[in-house]
Amino acid sequence: MSSVGVAPAGALAAPRFKRAATLTVYRWELRKLVSQKRTYLGLGLAIILPLIFVMVQSLRQHHDHGDNIFASQITQSGLATPVLMLLFLSVFMLPLIASLVAGDIVAAEDGNGTLKTILTRSVDRGQVFAAKALAAVTYATIAVFLSAAVATAAGVAAWGFNRVITYSGTVVSPSEGLLLVFAANACYLIPLIAVASIGVLLSTVTRNSAAAVVGAVGVTILLFIIAQIPGLEGIRPYLLTEQYEAWHGLLRTPTNWSPVSHSAWVCALYAAPALLAGYLVFLRRDVAGG
Amino acid sequence: MAADAAPVRARGLVKRYKEVVAVDHVDLTVRAGDVYGFLGPNGAGKTTTLRMALGLITPTEGNVELFGRDPMRHGARALEGVAGFVEAPRFYPYLSGHKNLQLLAALDGANARQRIDQVLDIVELLPRAGHRVGGYSHGMRQRLGIAAALLRAPRLMILDEPATGLDPAGMRDMRLLIRRLADEGMTVLLSSHQLPEVQELCDRVAIVDRGRLVYEGALADLRRQGGAGYRLRSTDDARALQIARAQPGVERASGGEVGIAFQADEHAVAQLSLALARAGVGILALTPELATLEDLFFRLTEDGHGDDARLQATAAAAAEQLVEAQ
Repeated sequence: MSSVGVAPAGALAAPRFKRAATLTVYRWELRKLVSQKRTYLGLGLAIILPLIFVMVQSLRQHHDHGDNIFASQITQSGLATPVLMLLFLSVFMLPLIASLVAGDIVAAEDGNGTLKTILTRSVDRGQVFAAKALAAVTYATIAVFLSAAVATAAGVAAWGFNRVITYSGTVVSPSEGLLLVFAANACYLIPLIAVASIGVLLSTVTRNSAAAVVGAVGVTILLFIIAQIPGLEGIRPYLLTEQYEAWHGLLRTPTNWSPVSHSAWVCALYAAPALLAGYLVFLRRDVAGG
Repeated sequence: MAADAAPVRARGLVKRYKEVVAVDHVDLTVRAGDVYGFLGPNGAGKTTTLRMALGLITPTEGNVELFGRDPMRHGARALEGVAGFVEAPRFYPYLSGHKNLQLLAALDGANARQRIDQVLDIVELLPRAGHRVGGYSHGMRQRLGIAAALLRAPRLMILDEPATGLDPAGMRDMRLLIRRLADEGMTVLLSSHQLPEVQELCDRVAIVDRGRLVYEGALADLRRQGGAGYRLRSTDDARALQIARAQPGVERASGGEVGIAFQADEHAVAQLSLALARAGVGILALTPELATLEDLFFRLTEDGHGDDARLQATAAAAAEQLVEAQ
């Protein structure tokens, strides 16, 4: 420690209290994410999986088109690739990637003892929670669009920027197809934000990153299982996992907004209580770690 | 912030973990300009009290006010002019020391960012500021903790065992720093196990034991209350001890390797010396000894403790650890 000592009296004069803006806290949450290796695990998956898909499809001699209209166009238009990738990744992989950060974002700070460090500064608990929830949603958004961008670029590079046929059999121009790809991914974000919200809640309540990540993914799996149980068809439209396919409505002509709006309010019923509960727990909890 | 409000004022502070009472109706008042020592054995409830003061945990009963503001009601605003750390200061290991302080300065707002290099220089971390905190030694993290606290330019500094993990030179420098902060008018609430450090730095102390406050007040008063002690060397120490024990006004007489020790006021000392002379015991040396903080600490925290008391202290410590683990 410096024997030079403290600055002369007055040099460290106390500033007037000014609470940090939530935007500032949010920016630092993003910086923390950028500085952590684990952040890149999810993003790496979002990049690698579309590339593997395109490579494998390029090497295959025969394509089993199945029932999906986009699968049948895979070698005709590169724009079919991001749609197919969204179809594959939306069920498990993207919820997992979103959960990786959402489940960790509060619990990791608890485990490291850094929560007490930031909660003894000029920032309220509500701001910290809001910034963390926003950062988790931002990460999920980046993962979805990064995956879509890589799939689009790889698909177009392999099979060209050509017209594409939508679910309703309508042929759309490449630029319109690109817009639809963007819209479909944006629509998929609605249930994914709900998954991230559940992850943030579990992260806050369990104070354990692994438990929160597994818990958030577990909710998705549980809802899939519930959807398969005979006799529960009535609640199926209200299950979060059923909203993973709401974006299909955008790939029809005319656009079917019904599943999109249905998805919006159903997902809000999952996200809002999760965030509210997480917020209230975060406000009242004892921070004793570290 | 009330201009005349005490930097720390706790009233009826209780923290219960199910059946275990970690803090039991503690009243504390840290006055402006105090260097206030907060002492107690492990598990006595010191850290829990400091956590409640900083708004990290909610009191079961009672409240703490910092400059008149309760962190439970006023949130971050209650920490205006307050800084410090509880237990070991924690930072983001994947960020550099400088980046960590940038983050904290951003959360503090005002002109905290402009002071980063200055506070790093004070704690002599400037050359290592660009390195990741994950590679810092324990002592370096302690110093970064001090730097992070200074960043807020506080009027009240709350420090929990700041010298832990520091080498002797680091401990000396920490003492110097605290002294200089106090000389500049900063109020310091210092929780420490280093009793000589507290004795050297603090003017007022609180001692807690098993969650309860057993003393609060001026250190000088405590030492006076501890009674004036004397050490006597004589031509026959065994006989002198017998006479001392029988002499009215002489207390706690005990034999040692060299001479005997006892407590008494000046009048009783005079009577004892006469009694020794009458008994033919010659006085070789009679020297006054003021009780040390360490003597008083152990007297206040160990007297009358049986196994039950130790068990309760252990349970309180375990409860704190349990909360940390949760």
